[in-house]
Amino acid sequence: MTGLVLRELRLALAGGAAALPLIFFLLVATLFPFAIGPDGALLARAGGGALWTAALLAALLPVDRLVEPDRAAGVLDQLHLKGFGEETIALAKLLGHWLSFGPPLMLAALPAAALLKLPAETLWRLELGLAIGTPGLAALGVGVGALTAGLRRSGALAGLLLLPLAVPVLIFGAGYLERGNGSGALQLLGAVSLLLVAGAPFAAGAAIRAGRD
Amino acid sequence: MQGVACLRGGRLLFEGLDLVLAPGAAALVEGPNGAGKSSLIRVAAGLLRAAAGTVSRGEAALADEHLALDERQPLQRALAFWVRDAAPGLAAMGLAPLAAVPVRMLSTGQRKRAALARVIAAGAPLWLLDEPGNGLDADGLRQLEAAMAAHRAGGGAILAATHQPLALPDAQRLVLA
Repeated sequence: MTGLVLRELRLALAGGAAALPLIFFLLVATLFPFAIGPDGALLARAGGGALWTAALLAALLPVDRLVEPDRAAGVLDQLHLKGFGEETIALAKLLGHWLSFGPPLMLAALPAAALLKLPAETLWRLELGLAIGTPGLAALGVGVGALTAGLRRSGALAGLLLLPLAVPVLIFGAGYLERGNGSGALQLLGAVSLLLVAGAPFAAGAAIRAGRD
Repeated sequence: MQGVACLRGGRLLFEGLDLVLAPGAAALVEGPNGAGKSSLIRVAAGLLRAAAGTVSRGEAALADEHLALDERQPLQRALAFWVRDAAPGLAAMGLAPLAAVPVRMLSTGQRKRAALARVIAAGAPLWLLDEPGNGLDADGLRQLEAAMAAHRAGGGAILAATHQPLALPDAQRLVLA
């Protein structure tokens, strides 16, 4: 299991694949002030939500490299013969993917927040929200990656599947930025993220098994 | 395997197939393209569900058309992800000089040898080989046959699907029509 997680991490870091979502995230943070103008107060108000949207879209980028290459190369079959359950494989992929996605995104949020002139309090809430929300996004990525593995032009389909499911993460993540925790947004974000993390290995495992037929 | 049937895309490939492999035994699956040779291997591996019948087996190692090795890594390290000690497999398939070469640089025949090297090094009692001779040169075929003979002499069993002549003395023949 540890070996599987380390392998996922190695594959993500090899060739800079893990850097792609980060660059995308920072690019959106750079584009946003160009689009709505250099009004500091407006940026500070809208910037947090823009960063959450960027995080959501960044979560979409690695989906097609999470499961499909291993399916095509027969790695999933060989792991089955080694006695690994498909759910275990999916859980390892989730952990490895989050390690290469969540913490780096939280780091990238620092320069992004500076670009958007986010106040310190908003930045703190954004980081906390990302820490709780990115496991859910990583779980969605693995689940959708497993569901679309083996399909042609799966990228567009992955977006259509992932983004609606990620809406609760966005609502509660951005809601916490805006209003603080008066309405329990952080707890709800945690609940959604937990649900996704708990459900994704089973959905992905079933999808991997079904994909063999 | 007992009374195994396999359905693929609504078509019945075979049914009522019985097979018992004792230690040291081997079975050779033969038949034309599309007869279900690979499907039978995948059913035996547990990767496809049999439409009927039961399959039980001990630990097994599989070599099919997919290499399942990390393309970026040197061969030895890529194999080491799957097996504790890759050296016996590399030696048996004549790959020892290529141990430090990245997997993506290997030729078709060398990739086939690498897949077989993993099976040899896995130490599993049952070998499931799908077209093991494909892409191998005469030398590689001899090494494969020697490795199979050594595996059976050591109490291992082999289930191989092939449309090429493959020397497996006293093997049961399963002909799929």
